[in-house]
Amino acid sequence: MRSLYFLLEKEFKQMFRSKGLLRTLFIAPIIQLILMPMAANYSVKNISLVIVDHDHSSFSRQLITKVTASGHFRLEAICANTEAALKEIELDKADIAIEIPDKFEQGLVREGSQKINVQVNAIEGVKAGLAGGYLSAILSDFNAELRLHWVQPARFEPAPVISIMPINWYNKFMNYYLFIVPGILVNLITGIGIMQAAFNLVKEKEMGTIEQINVTPIKKQYFILGKLLPFFVLSIVIFTVGLMIGYVFYNVYPVGSFLTMYVSLFAFLFALLGFGLLLSTYSETQQQTMSLAFFFLNVLNMMSGLFTSIESMPQWAKILSGCFPVSHFIKAMRMIMLKGSSLSDISFHLWSMLGVGLVFNTWAILNYRKRS
Amino acid sequence: MEAVISTNKLTKRFGQFIAANELTFDVYKGEIFGFLGANGAGKTTAMRMLCGLSIPSSGAATIAGFDVYKQTEQIKKNIGYMSQKFSLYEDLTVAENIRFYAGIYGLKIPEIKAKTIELLERLGMMNEAKKLVRELPLGWKQKLAFSVSLVHSPKIVFLDEPTGGVDPVTRRQFWDLIYYAADSGVTVFVTTHYMDEAEYCNRVSIMVDGVIEALDSPRNLKRQFEVDSMEDVFYKLARNAKRAEQ
Repeated sequence: MRSLYFLLEKEFKQMFRSKGLLRTLFIAPIIQLILMPMAANYSVKNISLVIVDHDHSSFSRQLITKVTASGHFRLEAICANTEAALKEIELDKADIAIEIPDKFEQGLVREGSQKINVQVNAIEGVKAGLAGGYLSAILSDFNAELRLHWVQPARFEPAPVISIMPINWYNKFMNYYLFIVPGILVNLITGIGIMQAAFNLVKEKEMGTIEQINVTPIKKQYFILGKLLPFFVLSIVIFTVGLMIGYVFYNVYPVGSFLTMYVSLFAFLFALLGFGLLLSTYSETQQQTMSLAFFFLNVLNMMSGLFTSIESMPQWAKILSGCFPVSHFIKAMRMIMLKGSSLSDISFHLWSMLGVGLVFNTWAILNYRKRS
Repeated sequence: MEAVISTNKLTKRFGQFIAANELTFDVYKGEIFGFLGANGAGKTTAMRMLCGLSIPSSGAATIAGFDVYKQTEQIKKNIGYMSQKFSLYEDLTVAENIRFYAGIYGLKIPEIKAKTIELLERLGMMNEAKKLVRELPLGWKQKLAFSVSLVHSPKIVFLDEPTGGVDPVTRRQFWDLIYYAADSGVTVFVTTHYMDEAEYCNRVSIMVDGVIEALDSPRNLKRQFEVDSMEDVFYKLARNAKRAEQ
């Protein structure tokens, strides 16, 4: 145990002496956490719109006003014909084109129905989907208004209509920041934790100091513990700073208790740092570590439900995702943040993280050999 | 004489390649034992086996009375090691490096303090105690690394090309340190490519292609090969080596 004390002393000295590292470890995540939630936004605004109006009636003008007033669309141009509108899409100047047919108003009043031609530029899938969605919502709204004004109430029983009124639990106003801020925070902690834990040990391999350590009688579990604890502390500090930023800048704070949150953070870091360490036992140079870490971080970011939903993944991906400590931590985080879940509510995620962590750490210790 | 290193047909294979082939020799207490050989002859491999860093493929060896297969942890308590690569922490100060290694070898705090002062005084580096190791010239670093490898008063110290790239004056000072250590009863096992250094050793072994071709005192070796210098002894043996440089 005494050797652990000296190891920790050395690690902390090295950590505080490396000013450049501390700066990147603190300043960079803080800046990212302040800026990214504003920028990385799923709601689509400023969709460029072109309109071809063959009708020029008061109805068509009402429709145009309604679409542009929604805030989602920006009217780029009024085009004379379909070809001109498609040209705009082709030149990437427009995301969506609406074509209002000739005799739109007339037909609507007389026949009670009309068709509008909508063309969506689907190069950016998410944007296209949302643009189409917004537009149909606006059109159905327009429809309802028309009915109210022009169509006489049915003399007998109107056709039954089921209208849906969703209530958003846990995030009543669908505050986007409640979703994205924890996501980015966990993303940052994951990156820092894995990279630093992995780099630290590999640096000793590159410098050759590991050789010297290996001829000392130090026990390898103490050596590895000495490598992990400093980053454990560092990650907790960065997480705490991140929570404060979330509160100050985005008014995001946990409904649940901080105790629950930090208990799950502990379990998460145990698994995460173990994974970083495991990577380092498989690489000899920082370059190798970098490539490995880059690959895994990409997978973790895309498949852990930080920004997308795990439930919509195929079965194999769901199973895989269940092996990632990140998936469990982000789930637990959101439960604590939004629902105020207690330790017993998140116990499944806690045990999963501890289990995965135990596997990673044991594997790392076994794979770290003092002899060859 | 008491043998502190004793090997019997110690062998290390990497697949088909036999890096060290049936090494059998004894090293006695307080001796300065020169371990010579061309690049790629298998010196470092042999030394790594003796330090418990590498598991032998076959053969037997005891270091300070402990078995290289089963008692590596006891061996580690009793040996010092200075590798080819510089192995102190560049971002720690001289005193911090001493403190760290003394600490993980289990020295008590007052012992560490006394040892630090003793060591720095012998090296004449009292004024450098608070300097980062990275700021020291290479020769000083090597002397410091040697002293640190002795911090826990080991029975044997293994030096793998300790004076590579060091100027002649500093090399001389380095060998003064080696003599000082040997006088106090530490056995010194040293590899080198400098033949003047080989002359300083009590006994010298020369490895060629994984095999020990010669082992005796420098004087006897020169007589045996009928040459005037160790340089010529080495040349006579090593020019027949088949292994390319590493």
